[in-house]
Amino acid sequence: MNYPSSLKYTKDDEWLKIEGDTGVVGITDYAQNALGDIVFVELPKVGAEITAGKPFGTVESVKAVSELFAPANGTVTAINEELANAPEKVNQDPYGAWMIKIKLKDTGEAGKLMSSADYEKYASERG
Amino acid sequence: MSSVAEASPTLRKTVLNPVHRQMGAKMVDFGGWDMPVEYPATGGVLAEHLAVRTGVGIFDVSHMGDIRFTGPQALDAVQHISMNDAARLVPGQAHYSAMLYPEATFVDDIIVHKIADEHYLFVINAGTREKDAGWVEQNVGGFRCKAENVSDDYTQIAIQGPQAQDLLQKLTDAGLSQIKNYWFTFGTVCGLKNTMIARTGYTGEDGFEIYIPADPATSARVWQELLAAGKEFGAIPCGLGARNTLRLEAKMALYGHEISEKINVVEAGLDRWCKLEKPEFIGKPALERIKAQGVKRTLVGLEMIERGIARDGYPIVDDRGSQIGCVTSGSVAPFLKKNIALAYVPPEKAEIGSVLNVEIRGQKVKAKVVPTPFYKRPKR
Repeated sequence: MNYPSSLKYTKDDEWLKIEGDTGVVGITDYAQNALGDIVFVELPKVGAEITAGKPFGTVESVKAVSELFAPANGTVTAINEELANAPEKVNQDPYGAWMIKIKLKDTGEAGKLMSSADYEKYASERG
Repeated sequence: MSSVAEASPTLRKTVLNPVHRQMGAKMVDFGGWDMPVEYPATGGVLAEHLAVRTGVGIFDVSHMGDIRFTGPQALDAVQHISMNDAARLVPGQAHYSAMLYPEATFVDDIIVHKIADEHYLFVINAGTREKDAGWVEQNVGGFRCKAENVSDDYTQIAIQGPQAQDLLQKLTDAGLSQIKNYWFTFGTVCGLKNTMIARTGYTGEDGFEIYIPADPATSARVWQELLAAGKEFGAIPCGLGARNTLRLEAKMALYGHEISEKINVVEAGLDRWCKLEKPEFIGKPALERIKAQGVKRTLVGLEMIERGIARDGYPIVDDRGSQIGCVTSGSVAPFLKKNIALAYVPPEKAEIGSVLNVEIRGQKVKAKVVPTPFYKRPKR
């Protein structure tokens, strides 16, 4: 499994990349592997407010429906439209296939999230 | 409510379980069985589904159960306890049937094989094994017939896909091209004499199911030989994930979803396998009454018009949001590349082309009633 050190991670298996006051959000390699073939991604609308730890969308594999949980508070500024027709990109490249961009309410908040080393340990403990 | 903590039930395993684990299969609890849902290293569920539609896939289905009926009144017992007309079968022939409760709801759906006069074999579902065996025991006691639960005697492997025959023919002396759909024969497979080879399956595709002795070494050897012989056809092991999407595309019922102890044969649209001209069978009087009175719900195939996947249990709602039905199975259809579902709805909403709302996470998402099966294999 691959967990880039430039990213921050949540216990719900999302990653967050901080670029100034913008946060880019996706799901981790662990998550895409656990889900299996992803066939559907449902994302919020641009302008939606999202709350740390609360669901902001849905990802579905053939068998299962899973919620996406926001890594931080903020306002959605962009969604990855490409995933509507090519959800398999999340399996192929979980860090390239970002889901939403948000304007972070508090960039310091992200500091509370896990580092890649901590997340790797957390993920491996769950097998 | 149970007041005492129950011991966590142990998951049952087929004898091929260690082989699946060794192959890196993702395992799930399916009706109390620890079964492979997919094999990510060689395919994953989408690739496995497509392998069966276009080439060949191999499934361990040893969790399925088997009940053997033997004795002078075996046919009478089978006739009493199942809805199809087993008197029409000749040795080497099988048919789809079901065991019904007196209310004409389902104990289980089954395949009845006539092995010989006075000798029948039911293949039954995994999750209902004990219930089925108990039901048979309760109901055939009056016949001069022995009914044995022989579920643990066999490893059952399904070889499914347009190239299933080419693959299996490499490993058997039986003339497979002579076996018609839903017929079976006995032959040597991988050196195992007298192996039952049936042209049956649960994928909507051509294919075979073989029944070999359930000892771990033999089972593992046959599994590996099948995969090795299938290499030239791109054969891959397939799990329950693909089995489910394949059977859904073919509109084959799954116990606990489209059929159950609360759903009757007419509602499920399976009454064409019910032979009312048979003098007697459990469920017949109720069935005649239901046929005369009509049903309040019927099973339909849905194709999503708007974005979304209908899942088992999602409500079907009218335009005001009141529930009028329920999804029993729903998924992406990997071969058809559509989102499809089966659902119970009132008969007046069941017309082909009717547009219905599936409630997905609180939103009404449009779907239309379409002809089923969603997928029908091309004639060869």
